[in-house]
Amino acid sequence: MASGPKPEISPPISGPLGQLVVWVDQRFPLMSLWKDHLSEYYAPKNFNFWYYFGSLAMLILVMQIVTGIFLTMNYKPDATLAFASVEYIMRDVQAGWLIRYMHSTGASMFFLVVYLHMMRGLMYGSYRKPRELIWIFGCLIYLTLMAEAFFGYLLPWGQMSYWGAQVIINLFAAIPFIGPDLAVWIRGDYNISDATLNRFFAFHVIALPLVLLGLVAAHIMALHEVGSNNPDGIDISKHVDPKTGIPKDAIPFHPYYTVKDIVGVVVFLALFSAIVFFAPEMGGYFLEAPNFVPADPLQTPAHIAPVWYFTPFYAMLRAIPSFFGSAFWGVMVMGAATMILFALPWLDRGKVKSIRYRGPIYKCFLTAFVISFVVLGYLGVVPTTVWGQIPNAIPVIGGVDTATLVSRILTAVYFAFFLLMPWYTKKEIPNELPEPERVTK
Amino acid sequence: MKSNMIRSLLGALVATIVFSAPVIAAGGAAVHLDDAHVNLKDEASLQRGARNFVTNCLNCHNAQFMRWGHLTQIGLTEEQIKTNLMFNPDAKMSDYMTSALKPQDAKAWFAGVPPDLTLVARVRGSNWIYTFLRSFYVDPTTPSGWNNTVFPGVSMPHVLHDLQGAAAKVVVGEKESHGKKIAVTKIVLERVGTMSPQEYDQYVRDLVNYLTFMGEPAQVKRTQLGVWVLFFLVIAFFAALLVKREYWKDVK
Repeated sequence: MASGPKPEISPPISGPLGQLVVWVDQRFPLMSLWKDHLSEYYAPKNFNFWYYFGSLAMLILVMQIVTGIFLTMNYKPDATLAFASVEYIMRDVQAGWLIRYMHSTGASMFFLVVYLHMMRGLMYGSYRKPRELIWIFGCLIYLTLMAEAFFGYLLPWGQMSYWGAQVIINLFAAIPFIGPDLAVWIRGDYNISDATLNRFFAFHVIALPLVLLGLVAAHIMALHEVGSNNPDGIDISKHVDPKTGIPKDAIPFHPYYTVKDIVGVVVFLALFSAIVFFAPEMGGYFLEAPNFVPADPLQTPAHIAPVWYFTPFYAMLRAIPSFFGSAFWGVMVMGAATMILFALPWLDRGKVKSIRYRGPIYKCFLTAFVISFVVLGYLGVVPTTVWGQIPNAIPVIGGVDTATLVSRILTAVYFAFFLLMPWYTKKEIPNELPEPERVTK
Repeated sequence: MKSNMIRSLLGALVATIVFSAPVIAAGGAAVHLDDAHVNLKDEASLQRGARNFVTNCLNCHNAQFMRWGHLTQIGLTEEQIKTNLMFNPDAKMSDYMTSALKPQDAKAWFAGVPPDLTLVARVRGSNWIYTFLRSFYVDPTTPSGWNNTVFPGVSMPHVLHDLQGAAAKVVVGEKESHGKKIAVTKIVLERVGTMSPQEYDQYVRDLVNYLTFMGEPAQVKRTQLGVWVLFFLVIAFFAALLVKREYWKDVK
């Protein structure tokens, strides 16, 4: 950077406040940050419903951090005190129940919003060149979020906390050769214990939130470097105003999208409040009934199910049969199901980005993918016996739980969406509707 | 067409979440549960329920996360709590509601420590407890001499049998299931207690009402506050919408 006196800055507003801004701006790039990221960040003017979820995810992140700080003031990360301290928060701390329900509901809503945000990316090809890094940072955020949720779920020290963590850590024990030692290393003990609770607390309240904040900053910096995609998936920089150099189809993020996002925020908060105040357990999906029983290492619950946002992957894990007495294959499939997301920008060879102008093959594959994800999510929360068994009379597949067979087929559909993508996107003829030059509604 | 597809995808997602909820909530074996008609605004019922809880349940079970003082939330004064409910004269309002039964005695007498009841309504559900406490029957094959259709093999004896009386399980018919004949059974009261069946149901209902309150004392406050929050957000929505429309007028 060049040193020396800065050029004269004219105050953005009159009066002493304007003078203060000038004073700060001579020492810190306040106005240029404001302009680069808000008032002169130009975004396509045709963002639709699907474009609310990025800012909503940011809102939830802040909410989780703030409610988390207040929970930490009364929570005790000690195996003998943890459960009671949560009940203390629920009963004796001023508005403690509200803070706790906001945090527990926030966890589920975070995943809901992130899944919808990722769906937007899939529909409009937001991961395509030049936005590959935005997508990769996003995938890393998603993985970090899963780890954050997993560590946090142990903290109430209820039966599901304990046995859910037991199941997940045992997955690592399935890795050949190093597995058992690795599991001990993660737990810090031969069982889930006070040592495990303490380290999970450390990861949940400081380590992963720091990673998450860094990744979110990188995600947004990468986005503002290349600019936002749009529902038409076309490049708006092809048509710029010759005088200003601003794309003709773009509007400044502030005030247009800030005021629009506030509407989305209010609608989201209404939905969020409806859950927090009227159904905080959400029928057992957000807070599971067995988690109101303190952790008991000697008593396994009748049915262990992870929280809903993990269940698509859990269903895959259960569906994969063990080979040579090792459940490692299921673990591999589950891991691959999340890792394959990273490859998406290079798997898609389509000529157009947006689903609006793609041919029918992509639409079919995407629909099948969404159905497989949702149904796998459902199958992951219920016992495998939910749909009964296929009679033994049917050769090859007879005697298997119907739900297990369906899970296997849907796992194949999930992977087919990604692995066949180079083929079906390259081959496909885009819709007869041509991709427009300028954005549409 | 596109937005229709998106809408139907979203619809499917919501439907999956909403319609599969009872599957989880039910959890264990499928037993028909009677509705306890919980009403947390019925203070008289909650107060009777607190008395029923203290005189029966608290002899063996703890409510180790519930303070005596929180009973003021169901309309009792500290004086009433002290004179009518607390048996230990040295106990303080901030003490937790715990039983005099020692864990080692419980292990010797009941083959296990009775579970804590503070959160039982959240673990089992109010209707489950309501049905459970009305489903005991005499069974000479069990150690306690009692069994239960909702919780087969339960180690707790029928503590309230003086009030309800004693029931027996009788075969009332047969039904076909998967090609096998299964006996249809019913519980029939064989010895009457000091209460009529209606009085006993009300007694249990009050108790369950109290247990539901104790599981989450903030419930009533929560829903009351929720109405105001949603009311505020509805107004905020219209305000935000008007601001947005005003700004977006010039976007062509």
